[in-house]
Amino acid sequence: MDTGTAAAPPELIQLLTPEGERTDHPDYPLELSTEDIKDLYRDLVLVRRIDTEAIALQRQGELGIWASLLGQEAAQIGSGRALGPNDMAFPTYREHGVAWCRGIDPVQLLELYRGVSHGGWNPKDHRFHLYTIVIGSQTLHATGYAMGIQRDGTEEAVIVYFGDGATSQGDVNEAFVWASVFNTPTVFFCQNNQWAISEPLERQSRIPLYQRALGFGFPGIRVDGNDVLACYAVTKKAMRAAREGQGPTLIEAFTYRMGAHTTTDDPTRYRLASDLEAWKLKDPIERVRSYLVRNGQVAADFFAAIDEEAAKVGASFREACRTMPDPPPLAIFDHVYTEETPIIREERDQFAAYLDSFVDEEATR
Amino acid sequence: MSDTAKMTLSRALNAGLRKALENDPKVLIMGEDVGKLGGVFRVTDGLQKDFGEHRVVDTPLAESGIVGTAIGLALRGYRPVCEIQFDGFVYPAFDQIVSQLAKMRYRSRGKLSLPVTIRIPCGGGIGAVEHHSESPEVLFAHTAGLRVVACAGAADAFAMIQQSISCDDPVIFFEPKRRYWDKGDVDVADGLASALPLDRAKVALEGSDVTLLSYGPLVRTSIEAAMAAKEDGRSVEVLDLRSLSPLDMETITASVRKTGRCVVAHEAPAYAGMGAEIAARVTEQCFYNLEAPVLRVGGFATPYPPSRLEDHYLPDLDRILDAVDRTFGW
Repeated sequence: MDTGTAAAPPELIQLLTPEGERTDHPDYPLELSTEDIKDLYRDLVLVRRIDTEAIALQRQGELGIWASLLGQEAAQIGSGRALGPNDMAFPTYREHGVAWCRGIDPVQLLELYRGVSHGGWNPKDHRFHLYTIVIGSQTLHATGYAMGIQRDGTEEAVIVYFGDGATSQGDVNEAFVWASVFNTPTVFFCQNNQWAISEPLERQSRIPLYQRALGFGFPGIRVDGNDVLACYAVTKKAMRAAREGQGPTLIEAFTYRMGAHTTTDDPTRYRLASDLEAWKLKDPIERVRSYLVRNGQVAADFFAAIDEEAAKVGASFREACRTMPDPPPLAIFDHVYTEETPIIREERDQFAAYLDSFVDEEATR
Repeated sequence: MSDTAKMTLSRALNAGLRKALENDPKVLIMGEDVGKLGGVFRVTDGLQKDFGEHRVVDTPLAESGIVGTAIGLALRGYRPVCEIQFDGFVYPAFDQIVSQLAKMRYRSRGKLSLPVTIRIPCGGGIGAVEHHSESPEVLFAHTAGLRVVACAGAADAFAMIQQSISCDDPVIFFEPKRRYWDKGDVDVADGLASALPLDRAKVALEGSDVTLLSYGPLVRTSIEAAMAAKEDGRSVEVLDLRSLSPLDMETITASVRKTGRCVVAHEAPAYAGMGAEIAARVTEQCFYNLEAPVLRVGGFATPYPPSRLEDHYLPDLDRILDAVDRTFGW
């Protein structure tokens, strides 16, 4: 067995090379039409555009912070598009591409980062849970949710996203134990982007992450995380297996965080520019573009039309961000409990009266 | 229809859990050793046999995992009841409780609710080794989004566990482990319609000279202290708080306004404890009724001591009466 080390990859599942050549893998036959691949290309370009806009909005002071998905588009779009309508997804705070696949308006993603809410969408409507910021917590929620599916006896599965750093968390390891012993329909989708803020993968693991699964008793697979087709095929198969009662799978999507951890981070302090340059050659979008160009089945204006659409999406995204209102101050007190408790009611009333006192003052001035 | 029986607090909890399992197929019990063994205190005795392994789940041995997966089950529409084996073992689950369970409704602006009940045997007095005698309730009462309750007797245990399970908010449910074997009258056929709402305190013993507030294991001690005080001609009103969050200030202030004196007793350290919050609120709301400062009787500002010393650490009848006496000395 080619075991590799944590950083030096053993064999990856790959269906589209960085040069845009389509390859086959015996375990992951994939029949996608050119139209399907064009759709994936559109997804990739649009989510990168949204991400680029969000970084700019943070720089302009419109967002408090942003966690960029740059470089991870293929892992997110590939896995996100592999989900069935009834499957449930549990994200970290960087899954903007998966959110896109689940039909969430990207503007809603901004609420958290602008500080107007802790989560802008209804998870039940999109079967996409709220972003989870504490590292790894959501893996247990996903596994519990999958235990519920088992009790309901329905053919659904859960996918949970987390990063390489999260694999050191107790909760993630506990989730592996639960999923294994109860054989839950959970797909653990680890985007190994090589960096946990400033800490390299070697600080989290001495073995390739996907091999951790073996110790817990379920299959682990490493996929080229910059290959949207491979991510799609591998996730599709793991989700199907989960739905059919074959239990959990760990997918390690081997990718690279091409940007900073968040807009507050400065990767020049801890990693080499040459690493980034090397990964740029494996860009998740460029290879799909190369494939479509080689393939010769796209109209001459296809790429321009997508770019034009991206510009439009970007413009409305910027506008929606800038005009997003702050919540009213008394919203602080909403939704703590099913019913407002006397203590919260008292504090709300006192604070409302306090605020009103300034209104009176201004009126009489 | 009345079907009153004398039963231990532990048995009353068992009967309450059984009712909840019968009444709602979404109710699940999960924890370490809750199935075949019936829990180390036998609170879940026989439930797995009658309701199956899918509804009474022996979990792997990891508290964060228990609460974290319960959150996922609740998101799926279930009502999990988690058992944490001992108070001192809840801390591995603390992050899931405080960061996830307590905040999900708020984070989702009311779109998600997590009806999870976490049962925790609490308090000392059973001669146990360390980490088995703690009173961490104030850590949870300080966390917005959680309801924190403590039962003191069998009848309340039976009703309150069912009310907690049917509540759409997460509930931290403290069980006074040294009172598990105390017996009380429980009407197991009784519906919950006549039960006091979960968030209300109750007058456990009426009196007129001083209000003695307590909850969980010290309610019995407080009643015994009140009986002893009666012999000295003092009429002590004992309130069983039952709910620590939210706090029933209406019942508390009504009593203090009547008596003019207030003592709070709990096993947890007095420092930054429930008593501190109550004293501040009573002082603010009953200032002109008070004949003396609100006094607190609690554990010391130390870790829980080795069990050979716990009788000194735990507030007993005499220490409570000492505080009662002091309120008359002002």
